[in-house]
Amino acid sequence: MPLVKNGKISDDAFVHVVDDAPLPPDGAILISAARFLEDPEAISRRLGKTGVVWPNNRDVDDLVPYLDRLAAVALVFPTFRDGRAYSQARLLRERFLYHGELRATGQVLRDQFVFMLRAGFDAFEVRKQADAEVFAQTAKRYSVFYQPTGDGRVTALNRRMQLRHSESAGL
Amino acid sequence: MYAYDELDRTLINERVSEFRDQVKRRLSGELTEDEFKMLRLQNGVYLQLHAYMFRVAIPYGTLSSRQLRQLAHVARRYDRGYGHFTTRQNIQFNWIKLAELPDALADLAEVGIHAMQTSGNNTRNVTSDQWAGVAPGEIEDPRIWSEILRQYTTLHPEFSFLPRKFKFAITASAHDRAAIKIHDIGLRLHKNAQGETGFEVMVGGGLGRTPFIAKTIRTFVHGSDLLSYVEAIMRVYNQYGRRDNIYKARIKILVHELGIERFAQEVEEEWQQIRDGALKLDDSVVEEIRSRFTYPAYEKLAHMPDELRKAAHDPHFEAWRRNSVFPHKVTGYAIVTLSLKPVGGPPGDATADQMDALADLADKYSFGEIRVGHEQNLALPHVARRDLPALWKALDKIGLATPNVNLVSDIIACPGLDYCSLANARSIPIAQELTRRFSNHDTANLIGRLHINISGCINACGHHHVGHIGILGVEKNGEEFYQITIGGRADENAQLGSLVGPAVPYAEVADVIEDIVEAYLALRASPDELFVDSVKRLGVEPFRERVYATR
Repeated sequence: MPLVKNGKISDDAFVHVVDDAPLPPDGAILISAARFLEDPEAISRRLGKTGVVWPNNRDVDDLVPYLDRLAAVALVFPTFRDGRAYSQARLLRERFLYHGELRATGQVLRDQFVFMLRAGFDAFEVRKQADAEVFAQTAKRYSVFYQPTGDGRVTALNRRMQLRHSESAGL
Repeated sequence: MYAYDELDRTLINERVSEFRDQVKRRLSGELTEDEFKMLRLQNGVYLQLHAYMFRVAIPYGTLSSRQLRQLAHVARRYDRGYGHFTTRQNIQFNWIKLAELPDALADLAEVGIHAMQTSGNNTRNVTSDQWAGVAPGEIEDPRIWSEILRQYTTLHPEFSFLPRKFKFAITASAHDRAAIKIHDIGLRLHKNAQGETGFEVMVGGGLGRTPFIAKTIRTFVHGSDLLSYVEAIMRVYNQYGRRDNIYKARIKILVHELGIERFAQEVEEEWQQIRDGALKLDDSVVEEIRSRFTYPAYEKLAHMPDELRKAAHDPHFEAWRRNSVFPHKVTGYAIVTLSLKPVGGPPGDATADQMDALADLADKYSFGEIRVGHEQNLALPHVARRDLPALWKALDKIGLATPNVNLVSDIIACPGLDYCSLANARSIPIAQELTRRFSNHDTANLIGRLHINISGCINACGHHHVGHIGILGVEKNGEEFYQITIGGRADENAQLGSLVGPAVPYAEVADVIEDIVEAYLALRASPDELFVDSVKRLGVEPFRERVYATR
């Protein structure tokens, strides 16, 4: 499954480690929330970055105390139609000011890219190779946005107001 | 009318091009039907019994004549020459071909019409009072706020994959014509003691298999806080609404399971975190939207012009005027409702020719504007009263002057088993038979205001729960049966109807309805007591006795 990061297909620096497998002594790992919360201190003492796969039915509040020691948070889209992780992503970015990698996992198709970018995701485990290959152009599909989110894109309302101001200033 | 600017148009065109790509991927097999399903639903495309069905949004029920002509064009070019107006200010085309859909959307985009989010688990078309901006006594035009909500909910990055569909309705009149209490969020615009505009916010209304009337979550949310408050509600719903069972996934179930107090508290906590953020609406922003709504330059006209006085001698004209013509906020003007319920016809259908002719009449008599109401009728919102006789003659020629608005044959019905893959029973033929039974205008007038709503299955697209008489099609051992309720209503006193007796087979429905109406005529306290008021006063029992005693 290709990983898209910084807008292009990239090598995955993180290794997914399943719950009953031993942790490698170093290197970046992605582990389950349950495993991480069992002993966050021990895991944080490891050499190498830590990423956590956070389920979409658990409040991100429980992860907040540890955000500054995490290099990645992976949120889950068990199906295309389950949109809970969009709320989790916005809360992590906009309310809890998480700046690390925010990864979309699960059923990730090109048709969600714009929504996900707007919600704050910056890494994507894309289900289909063809979708990963068109990431850059798909991300540019829309140029008008009605809602303010933490991604900084200017909303249509604000663009109109700016336009009005520049008109009234005679520019 | 709201005029789309370059930004609105750009977004719609971008959506069309995205959908074109999605259809291409489906036709090439790159997308499975299952994957495509979610995508087409976000664009109003359903797979029905015989073909794809295409649902187009008419935000807050306002159409220009140019837009109506384009709907006629789509009906003619891509469908079978007609369209079906729904109970949520949408129009549906029943015979569209998948490969032609992107072209149909592109044609509609030319006039600023789209099908974004007319189905799927997202925020649906924001509906409003079809008399918005022209009704006497209205506090202010609710379409300004409807448009703000339309923009806010369109392609929302957080709320496009909700547990289930989500519907807004908004009104600014004391009499609710938008059925706000049967919506996921109902908004009643009013002013606080300081004269500032805000909303009573109601949440968790809806019909379907578990019907609820919406509950008030907050009596006054200031206009500047509307979007942040709505976002708080939707965020709570997106995270905690049930996703394990689609029949329990609407917000009404979450509100019911948590209780309105607990739910309100969750929303309040979320709202306090975001209310002073980027969603705050400055007055200047609201004014910007308001400035793009234009209103006709009304003339100073007499309330009772000679043309009207003369026409009053014609009983046919008078019959139509009495139930189709309504007061307007400007003296000398009227709002005219056009019945899409001809005797023997399917409720809500209009042919392409009718749409074109009506667009011309709107240009001539209504400043080029047409409205669509949730009762599946149309309206011309700005008709000079002196033009009423001429307009009536012209409407009569195109079959749009059936004088039955708000009468027993002004029936709301879903498409039912004739089209819909979800239906258990037929709706349209029941409606057609009832319009024939009650085709005598004098009898219908004697009966007075009476709303019959018909749904072909428990999903309740025909709003049967809130019909004065509700008819619900069910399937029993492979046969169509119908449950009948009475006493429902969808206005400011919204209420769910009560079952009047055991379900009856298809062939007996019209007889039972006639018996119910006869019982009402015998039981009513006076000719002024409406059917629904008699039911309220007497309860169901006297009706049950009279209707079922001999069955």
